[in-house]
Amino acid sequence: MIKLKMGNPPHIRTEDTVRAVMVDVLIGLIPATIAATIFFGWYALFLIVLGAFAGELIELWIMKELRKIKDFKWDGSAAVTGALLAMNVGVGTPWWVMLIGVFFALAVAKHAFGGLGQNIFNPALAGRAFLLISFPTYMTGKVFLLPDTVTQATPLTLFGDAGHNINAVWNAGITYWDLFVGKVGGTLGETSALALLIGFVYLVIRKRIKLVIPVTYISTTFVFALIGWLINPKLGDPLFHILSGGLMLGALFMATDMVTSPMTPKGQAIFGFGAGALTYIIRLFGAYPEGVSFSILIMNGLVPLIDMYTQPRIFGEVKE
Amino acid sequence: MRLATFKGGVHPPEKKELAKDKKIERFPLPDTVFVYMANHAGAPAKPVVQKDQEVKTGQVIGEPAGVISAFVHSPVTGKVVEIKKMLHPIIGKPVDTVIIQRTGDDEWELLEGHGDFEKMEPDQIIDLIKRAGIVGLGGAMFPTHVKLSPPPGKKIDTLIINGAECEPYLTIDYRMMLERAEDLLTGIKILKKVLGVERVFVGVENNKMDSIEHLQKVFAGQPIEVVPLKTKYPQGSEKQLIFAITGRKVPRGGLPLDVGVVVQNVGTTIAIKEAVVDGKPLVERGLTVTGEAVKNPGNYIVRIGTPAKAILDHAELDENVDRVLFGGPMMGIAIRDINTPIMKGTSGITALLPEQTEIKMPKPCIRCSKCVMVCPMNLQPYLLYHLVLKKKYDEAVQIGLLDCIECGSCSYICPSKIEHVRQIKLGKTVYRALRGAKK
Repeated sequence: MIKLKMGNPPHIRTEDTVRAVMVDVLIGLIPATIAATIFFGWYALFLIVLGAFAGELIELWIMKELRKIKDFKWDGSAAVTGALLAMNVGVGTPWWVMLIGVFFALAVAKHAFGGLGQNIFNPALAGRAFLLISFPTYMTGKVFLLPDTVTQATPLTLFGDAGHNINAVWNAGITYWDLFVGKVGGTLGETSALALLIGFVYLVIRKRIKLVIPVTYISTTFVFALIGWLINPKLGDPLFHILSGGLMLGALFMATDMVTSPMTPKGQAIFGFGAGALTYIIRLFGAYPEGVSFSILIMNGLVPLIDMYTQPRIFGEVKE
Repeated sequence: MRLATFKGGVHPPEKKELAKDKKIERFPLPDTVFVYMANHAGAPAKPVVQKDQEVKTGQVIGEPAGVISAFVHSPVTGKVVEIKKMLHPIIGKPVDTVIIQRTGDDEWELLEGHGDFEKMEPDQIIDLIKRAGIVGLGGAMFPTHVKLSPPPGKKIDTLIINGAECEPYLTIDYRMMLERAEDLLTGIKILKKVLGVERVFVGVENNKMDSIEHLQKVFAGQPIEVVPLKTKYPQGSEKQLIFAITGRKVPRGGLPLDVGVVVQNVGTTIAIKEAVVDGKPLVERGLTVTGEAVKNPGNYIVRIGTPAKAILDHAELDENVDRVLFGGPMMGIAIRDINTPIMKGTSGITALLPEQTEIKMPKPCIRCSKCVMVCPMNLQPYLLYHLVLKKKYDEAVQIGLLDCIECGSCSYICPSKIEHVRQIKLGKTVYRALRGAKK
């Protein structure tokens, strides 16, 4: 007699898994990793790989030893956190500082909130904020090295220190092309818009991205910068603003973190708009030269509220 | 060409190739049939035969026990051997079941008053449909005569024949459209007369282009439009189908007749023809037996009450089978007992191997928002799941718990393998029970 198994419909599922999603995000980060290696040297590659592996190992330890979850299977989300955090530090960062950052991101920003899917704030950005406060020397963007070992401040630092004057950037010999390919000072993963876009295209093709977010984010910053530029050209043109600093990395890879962004396209548009506007505002009026991470962290905190007010209209629901 | 469609939905592997080229065959008459008195939605019928009574094929053995209920007929000529309670796979509880031992070939008891429908009044036709025990053969098993009797004041102007067959694996509607198009046409004419409508559409997914072309040929000169639909699950869901074809949205909590539409499944329409013109009550139906766990898939006309095992033996069931479903893989019900009898709503028997049903790596929700994107009802499955889990039923109802059509698109697409539909079904049951208790 054949014994039949029971189960609930649907009885078939997609091949897709959380691990497959995370592996795709890691693949999407490969071009930026290559760019970082070209512009900052082998140590950059080491930091990124270290971040990814340390992330998985630390998470494994947390799950097995602290949370006592026996059947935990690695899903790659911790590697994404670790790699993204590495993308957010300067090449002068010692390996042990990197480890402290990854540990904070996973233990405090992720698992203290309940683990995968439960965290309110993007763990990599929370880790970056923690390092920024704890080790400002490595994080504030004045000690970034290029392969010819010339110390160069980031374009946004030049811009900010000159009293928000774009001419300071151009006088330093930086061109749009440098900004686009990433031949400027900055954190490991943020400088090359080109590399980030290549990785982003991969994620779009694989449908791993809430596409509304980067589109609204970048265009909002663009429009705000355009208005500022029309009022006062010294504030920098829109192209400069979207190509410099962490905007591309933030809009394409950080703000799009699934766990910490809204669930509906309308909510995602609000989220992208908020982050884009705050980025420009912080760049012009904040104490720090760059505002991407804080903008995203602030918007992360607003996600539950955004989700509540952007519920989709149910099929057949009559307009009120 | 722009294909009619709806927003949302998923693309599971179609797997129609397993059975699509198998011509419909008549399945040998079973020796014993097990006929549930709940062979329809609504109140189970009341048995009107006794143990040891001899019955003819088509003889009434159960009478409706309420407004939403239906007649049940003997599917074979033989003797009632027992009336007992047997587990019903959909209701999940034992229900009255008439067990009939076949004694020989069919001796038919046909419906009184059948014949030329052109000479009949709509009321007469509806009465014939009611006495034939016809219910929706697509799976819902809603009594057809009720669906064809809109309350006064509701004007019906459109008839849609559902040939979408969006459920993977199943091919019986496709075969019916290819092999029984003339009967389908007669059935449509009968329905037009009953409803007094001029606008008729037949919606068929465009993965069945040959059946679309065949219908267009057979229906030539008739005011019937065969509409190719985009192949996407759940295109055949009533509300989504109406929207795809007419652009009308059935209001929340409403029925198709609220937007002037009646939808009938291909199989039901053919059954209506057989009842009204030929006088045959609903004692058999077409179904597909398919899936990776059968060696010999096919399409058959099977008597109601035939144990699934008889059909699966014929199709050579693989002993490594994981589960056997009544229906397809998206909405079908897994049966516990291989001898579970075929019901009026059993459109297929799908037998799957462990490879197909494996759930890889369940994880917590990562808020990827895919469930929200694919929901054809524009609900938030992740939130409904969460609210039901937290027993917040009233909040869940506010955001659409009762609007869920249980198509399973959310659970299908979920990378974390969350069982939204199971939780939502549970939530509906508990909510209704609690509301019932309050009254």
